[in-house]
Amino acid sequence: MTTQKINISLNGYNVQVDKGTMILDAAKENGLIIPTLCYHKDLCIAGNCRVCVVEIAGQKRLSAACATPVEEGMEILTNSLKVRNSRKHIIELLLAEHNADCTKCYRNGNCELQELASEYKIMTQEFIELVPFKTYTIDMYSPSIIKDDSKCIRCQRCVRTCAELQGVNALTVAHKGDEMKITTFMEKPMNSVVCTNCGQCVNHCPTGALVEKNYIEEVWEAISSPDKHVVVQTAPAVRIGLGEELGFEPGSRNTGRMVAALKRLGFDSVLDTDFTADLTIVEEGTELLTRLKKALKDKDPNVKLPMATSCSPGWIKYIEHLYPEYLPNLSTCKSPQQMFGALVKTYYAKARNLEPDKIVSVSIMPCTAKKFEAARPEMLDSGYRDVDYVLTTRELAIMIKQAGINFSALEEAKYDRLMGDSTGAGVIFGATGGVMEAALRTAYELVTGREVPFENLNITPVRGMEGVREATIKIENPKKEWAFLDGVELKCAIAHGLVNAKTVMDSVKSGKADYHFIEIMACPGGCLGGGGQPIPTSPEIRKKRAEAIYAEDAGMAIRKSHENPEVIKLYRDFLKEPNGELSHKLLHTKYTPRERF
Amino acid sequence: MSPTQLLIRELADKYGRSREHLLPIMQGVVEQESFLSEYSMIEIAREMDLPAAEVYGTATFYSFLETKKMGKYIIRVCKTISCAMKGKGQVIMAIQDMLKIPLGETTPDGRFSLLQTNCLGLCHKAPAMMINHDVYTDLTPEKVREILSEYMKKPL
Amino acid sequence: MATTYQLKRADFIFKNENDWEKVLSNILSRSPQDLINELISSELKGRGGAGFPTGLKWKVASELATQPKYVICNADEGEPGTFKDREILEKVPYKVLTAMVACGHVIGAREGFIYLRGEYRFLMPELQKVIQEFEYYLKEIKQDFTIKIFMGSGAYICGEETALFESMEGKRGEPRNKPPYPTNFGYMGGPTVINNVETLAHTFTIFKYGAKKFYDLGVQYSRGTKLFSVSGDTPKPGIYELELGMSLQDFVYEFGDGDTKAVQVGGASGFLVPRKKFADTAIGYQGKLTGISLPTGGSMMLFNSSRSMYNVLDNYLEFFREESCGQCTPCRVGCQQLLLGIKAVKRGDRPASYLDKLLRLTETMQVTAKCGLGQSVANSFSSIVENFREEMIY
Repeated sequence: MTTQKINISLNGYNVQVDKGTMILDAAKENGLIIPTLCYHKDLCIAGNCRVCVVEIAGQKRLSAACATPVEEGMEILTNSLKVRNSRKHIIELLLAEHNADCTKCYRNGNCELQELASEYKIMTQEFIELVPFKTYTIDMYSPSIIKDDSKCIRCQRCVRTCAELQGVNALTVAHKGDEMKITTFMEKPMNSVVCTNCGQCVNHCPTGALVEKNYIEEVWEAISSPDKHVVVQTAPAVRIGLGEELGFEPGSRNTGRMVAALKRLGFDSVLDTDFTADLTIVEEGTELLTRLKKALKDKDPNVKLPMATSCSPGWIKYIEHLYPEYLPNLSTCKSPQQMFGALVKTYYAKARNLEPDKIVSVSIMPCTAKKFEAARPEMLDSGYRDVDYVLTTRELAIMIKQAGINFSALEEAKYDRLMGDSTGAGVIFGATGGVMEAALRTAYELVTGREVPFENLNITPVRGMEGVREATIKIENPKKEWAFLDGVELKCAIAHGLVNAKTVMDSVKSGKADYHFIEIMACPGGCLGGGGQPIPTSPEIRKKRAEAIYAEDAGMAIRKSHENPEVIKLYRDFLKEPNGELSHKLLHTKYTPRERF
Repeated sequence: MSPTQLLIRELADKYGRSREHLLPIMQGVVEQESFLSEYSMIEIAREMDLPAAEVYGTATFYSFLETKKMGKYIIRVCKTISCAMKGKGQVIMAIQDMLKIPLGETTPDGRFSLLQTNCLGLCHKAPAMMINHDVYTDLTPEKVREILSEYMKKPL
Repeated sequence: MATTYQLKRADFIFKNENDWEKVLSNILSRSPQDLINELISSELKGRGGAGFPTGLKWKVASELATQPKYVICNADEGEPGTFKDREILEKVPYKVLTAMVACGHVIGAREGFIYLRGEYRFLMPELQKVIQEFEYYLKEIKQDFTIKIFMGSGAYICGEETALFESMEGKRGEPRNKPPYPTNFGYMGGPTVINNVETLAHTFTIFKYGAKKFYDLGVQYSRGTKLFSVSGDTPKPGIYELELGMSLQDFVYEFGDGDTKAVQVGGASGFLVPRKKFADTAIGYQGKLTGISLPTGGSMMLFNSSRSMYNVLDNYLEFFREESCGQCTPCRVGCQQLLLGIKAVKRGDRPASYLDKLLRLTETMQVTAKCGLGQSVANSFSSIVENFREEMIY
């Protein structure tokens, strides 16, 4: 079907655009940027900030460019005096409502309202400041997210994010008129509602109303303490996101420079979460095969299938709140971050001859939910807090800037050894479908003794950005001990963005789906679109980051988790066997059912 | 099952469980309990398979769906222009004097809550007020005292 | 000078007609096209205040194939100073119900709703009884149409039609982006005709007596009669049916207390007309009449010289500050700024010239707000501030 073209005029220039296009997009296609605040590519149209108003010839009132479709013959002015004056007024109004103490704001320098104020040169505040008239609260109870209502401009991007992308609905619009605000059920703190700490609201907030709780100073202090050995681990998606904060285009790979920067920041050892991603695959793959054996061969009615991945802490909190009856379906494997933490203060400490209580374990994550995960009361299996501080990709960028490091000029460096080795399978954990692909590469080979039957090990059916994807892999000619799997079609589902998790879980719940294995990542695109990644985010940016992840994988010498030499060494020297006794103590966990509300 | 749960189930059976029935169900709860408690909103959310935050957000939009504890009889005095011109101030003072509570508060016995409200559509008979669903017009301090005395005789 | 006409009382709306069954069966025997033509030739315009031609609304909805369609009677009469719809529903509800069935017949809808504001809850038992009578009759004549009452819960903005749909769908009553318009995409996304109570009552008259009877009343662009809710400083507050097109001068002569300083036409979202402009102001829809023509949902509030126009504006602005849905910037923040702004000028914290900044702000609100509420705050603000500037300052 071809789309019908129609003629419009933009600031006096005649152009052709597709019928049904919104004025905002029509302008953009023709090189005209119309400012926006409530608009976000990931979300439905709200049309409530009114910053994008434009003039249409013959109409007294201005129209919101984001919400008004073009019509044949429409004459649009995006920069008339009337438009400029109105826009300026609206920005002034927002500034009057907003706690515009920019120099003391975490988002100073990366705030859409600040940018607009600067663009329109709002030099005076003639309107009456509203902040002193209100009793605003700053909610600091969550270990992941700070919500400061005095900075909120009511664009509702967070509310739409929480509902449309995540299906969580922890945030809502409440009250009306001058009292209208963004809040939670009964205006409770974020840590006592259904919030998954995913941080997508932070990623989509145009101002400093929602920010991550940062632990930058704590980490600086640890680095500066002479008696502390500070270990840092970096998640797969950080290396392909970090550059965006430091002058690189989306999709730039900066692994070596990131490692070099971390070394210059003063970390005693720069290690890789990819290592425990590989370890996760071995543990989780073994767990999956064990479950399949129990279910298909031993006909054990107590074994739960499908088995669901457990790497994404946003997903874990989501299922704990909303599908607690399915907690036995979750893999008992800790996430790579927490496996790493547990090993750092045991295996690593022993190998390096360090006192565990002198080790400070820091992780750099594309995620805000990881902060909550690290603080879970059960995450003490090493005898200590397994992970002490979790920083987001953004916080790492701040530290690099604070240290005065010229990131782009850095020479690439390599991870330190012992828990620094990784494979391509580990790195693709950062993209939706990556855990599934890595698990299949290993499990298939364990069962059949052959590599997965895909060119260059690229299991393309599980890749992509569709919200829910399904794939089936038929097992043929397995090894003798897996004979019961001969001819079995392993059914897999992949979902990213919690609203898609809901789709998958509902079809599991209704009995419509008979999956064996499901991978769920809380954030759109997987960790590469995580709540701790650089702002802004959009479908295009996430696509570029995904390309970078797969390029990183393709460039690795080893691409299967079970071939990671340090993982092999870990089992030989320390854990003995996958899903063994020590593994269970250090690398596996249990989950907590929570209230729906 | 608690009485509130039963009530909500009954209302949901009567109206339906899809989103467009949220207002009638909330109104039904307010009818019985004077306000929407945290508990009742959670139960409504559960019964209708809605996020609790959505229920709260929707309830707080409407001024007749109180989410704070209210008395059995909610007095709403109109404060819009005609009533303001015709002496709603004196009416409110008379009520405050009689009930010994400021605006926005509930008597300790839980009988009355005193609120102001926007235009009741009784401007030609100003000042006006509502007590629950009943309307009273052409109010004077004397008249309002009589009306409240009658309510005081009603069982709690 | 405006071409004005003497005040002419009329008695159609509240005239008791005991024959709704006959009127209805007559309507149902006519073709939708015929009924639409009748309505169009009557030139009836929406009596809620916006004045959209009613016949055209029904026509557009009748031409759409999408099902289900809906007929909604907007009884969320919340504009300060308006109380006529309540009286219609109390005294002649059958006219409204007849009109709803007629509309269902014309557009092909099987469901009708009356969105009744929470403040009018006390009307419900009686109204419900009349609806039952209707449904009984409809069943008898095998007409497939149901009418339900949907209760509001106290929110002025729900009178805005798309906010009303949101509210009926169980959500916060926040106006939607337009387009799409209700006739195409209304309640539950279906084509919806939404009419004010009074508008529907007029169609009863038109269908019973013919369009000409209605058209012959009033003036060009403003045909027929209209109910006026008269309140404030008047010896005879109440509801009056008058022909459209009268001059405000004549109106004040009839209803004023001899000392009328100004009249607020159209409620808080309408205009304040000072004494010196009474003679030049006609009451009706905008047309090519000379002079000023003010449309109104029927609210006429009179103020005599004892009233402070500052207090009046303060009261309106407080109303808007609270009743704005709060979603769009110009309305949410604008209303707060206007209220705080006039207070600051009055206190002397801001210079008198700040009023001009606020006037410019209302111009922005008028052209940028998402819905009629935010757009119309400018009406009362500018008409009061411009005409009574001294009262704002001293």
